[in-house]
Amino acid sequence: MPLASYQTSVPVVVDDAKCIADKGCTVCVDVCPLDVLRISDTTSKAYMAYDECWYCMPCEADCPTGAVTVNIPYLLR
Amino acid sequence: MALDQIVDGLSEVSCDVLVIGGGTAGPMAALKAKLKNPKANVVLLEKANVKRSGAISMGMDGLNNAVIPGYATPEQYTKEITIANDGIVDQKAVYKYAQNCFEIIEELDSFGIRFLKNENGDYAVKKVHHIGTYVLPMPNGETVKKALYRQLRRARILISNRYMATRLLKSSDGRIAGAISVNTRTAEMLVIKAKAVILCMGAAGRLGLPTSGYMFGTYENAANSGDGYAMAYHAGAALANLECFQINPLIKDYNGPACAYVAGPFGAYTANNEGSRFIECDYWSGQMMLEFYNELLSGKGPVFLQLKHLHPDTISEIESTLHKVERPTRGLFQQGRGVDYRSESIEMHISEIGFCSGHSASGVFVDDNARTTVPGLYAAGDMASVPHNYMLGAFTNGAVAGIDAMEFADNHDFAEFDAADVAMERDRVMAPTKREDGIPPNQIEYKTRRLVNDYLQPPKVTRKYQLGMRRLAEAREDMQERMIARNAHELLRALEVQSIMDCADMAAHASLYREESRWGLYHWRTDFPEKDNENWFCHTLLSKQDGKMTSDRRAVEPYVVPIADDEKDLYDKQRIRASA
Ligand SMILES: Cc1cc2nc3c(=O)[nH]c(=O)nc-3n(C[C@H](O)[C@H](O)[C@H](O)COP(=O)(O)OP(=O)(O)OC[C@H]3O[C@@H](n4cnc5c(N)ncnc54)[C@H](O)[C@@H]3O)c2cc1C
Ligand code: SF4
Ligand code: SF4
Repeated sequence: MPLASYQTSVPVVVDDAKCIADKGCTVCVDVCPLDVLRISDTTSKAYMAYDECWYCMPCEADCPTGAVTVNIPYLLR
Repeated sequence: MALDQIVDGLSEVSCDVLVIGGGTAGPMAALKAKLKNPKANVVLLEKANVKRSGAISMGMDGLNNAVIPGYATPEQYTKEITIANDGIVDQKAVYKYAQNCFEIIEELDSFGIRFLKNENGDYAVKKVHHIGTYVLPMPNGETVKKALYRQLRRARILISNRYMATRLLKSSDGRIAGAISVNTRTAEMLVIKAKAVILCMGAAGRLGLPTSGYMFGTYENAANSGDGYAMAYHAGAALANLECFQINPLIKDYNGPACAYVAGPFGAYTANNEGSRFIECDYWSGQMMLEFYNELLSGKGPVFLQLKHLHPDTISEIESTLHKVERPTRGLFQQGRGVDYRSESIEMHISEIGFCSGHSASGVFVDDNARTTVPGLYAAGDMASVPHNYMLGAFTNGAVAGIDAMEFADNHDFAEFDAADVAMERDRVMAPTKREDGIPPNQIEYKTRRLVNDYLQPPKVTRKYQLGMRRLAEAREDMQERMIARNAHELLRALEVQSIMDCADMAAHASLYREESRWGLYHWRTDFPEKDNENWFCHTLLSKQDGKMTSDRRAVEPYVVPIADDEKDLYDKQRIRASA
């Protein structure tokens, strides 16, 4: 059966202007218990790659530049 | 190499004691094992990152079950938990916990984790349970993980993050020989030979589906997909009382408690839509949950946590705890809904089902030394069968497991496993990556968990269970024959779904076996509505025998702390009388 991709608005937002992943930071990617954050190949900034979030906050709390904002996933907002 | 790209690889390492799961119990188990024999190698294997993994990833607001001299005695605690768990308790393990836990509190204190004290410097313990006083707030609860991590580094524990354990290895004579794991970002496999293995993989939290439909919005840390339960099962270990589900009272649509444990001691209480109290005590027991469920359906619902009657300063104090630790997005959620605790009560609901001994009593069977029924295999924390264990139980029994496992490792050499077992597991693990076409893991998981909600959630109806098992068997066939994973991350989810499916089967099997109702809502069987002490005052043990799921009875061990006849049903009287 063919696969289609599915649109979803992800709860975690990274402010590219503040993110220093291009200087080697990977803190949020490292700490996330669900392993859903990645550094983008195109922008070299962190982003939420998978909508599988426990909205637990380590990514936001541990980011050294305050670039991460965790929102409540839309389905339960 | 980009993350998530699949690498076909297999390597092997060895250690004396392998601890799987670095949340709460795991770090303590690893630490105690290493301190017991500093020359030995201790590996702590973690699916996520030990720095921020597990139920306590953002800390905790308090200990739910602290037995502190001057406030409570081990005898009293043992009695309370025995009654709260409807008598089905091997008291030895609970009593040992109650005796040891104060020492662990002092040790945690020495790590820099502080507990609430009053003006005289005594621990300021609060009453939430029906009988005794055991709840101890943690003013800097957000530091727990950091403090533990420092200790692990200092003790030179070898930490392997982002490895998901998938199966245990045994020798032909049945002794533990190690474990197989998969790197969650490359899919490379790692075999770890070990003399003793401690399972600390938390609850089976992704069993039911939250009512919001968001698969990862579970009460438990969503990384806890029940892998430990599935691995223990496939290794032939016995699992106890799995029909005693975990179901918790939470904020409606949000996966955290409201939380009566924090707000109750300040004067908050659970009320129905008429503003009346309907339960005697907010301690989470199956009996309390049944009253909660009944109230929701009675026409007197919804159920609320009532705190707007409190002084604004008190509410601010409660808020500063609830919105900072444990589930810190709680405040954000309430803000989004426009709920201000000063003017509005908090709407509550009941959670999805799961397995968890931390909150109820469904876990891998262990004795008072944290030993499972497989020699050399230990379990601690939410996934081990010591009931109502919570965070302090995970720490305390993790310590017990660490010490005993190192003793075992000191007295045994490596057990030999069959290389064919590794090859077979490699085939199972990699199968979804070998298919060109099929069903992605998220769809199989959604369907499985939706079926769990539709058919297995209490009230448990025999006919519904039979139908549910048929539907689950169909989903299992799809999972085994057609599931695809196109990168290492999808493979992680594909492996988790296999644990979830195993747990769903175990939940159904165990529930049908116990032909009575017990533990309030947790095991309410409409076809057998009464508690039947004559036939079912016993544990049930589920295990794999000759490749088949099997359940047996196991007698409750003679009590260490006697319970008087008029105390036995104290937790059955949760509903407030009309006159009260
Ligand atoms: C929202 C919430 C609030 C709570 N509030 C309180 C409270 O106020 N007071 C209290 O005393 N208790 C509380 N508890 C209970 C307490 O936190 C738990 O009982 C305790 O932390 C469980 O510890 P654990 O080690 O068993 O599990 P966890 O701490 O969850 O650790 C399990 C670990 O295993 C890892 N893992 C899972 N599968 C695998 C695998 N296949 N391979 C490798 N690693 C794996 C996970 O990533 C995780 O790190 C709360 C729990 C929750 C979820
Ligand atoms: S932690 Fe912050 S700065 Fe570092 S990669 Fe993540 S978003 Fe960027
Ligand atoms: S909130 Fe938690 S699960 Fe979500 S991205 Fe951040 S660390 Fe990961």
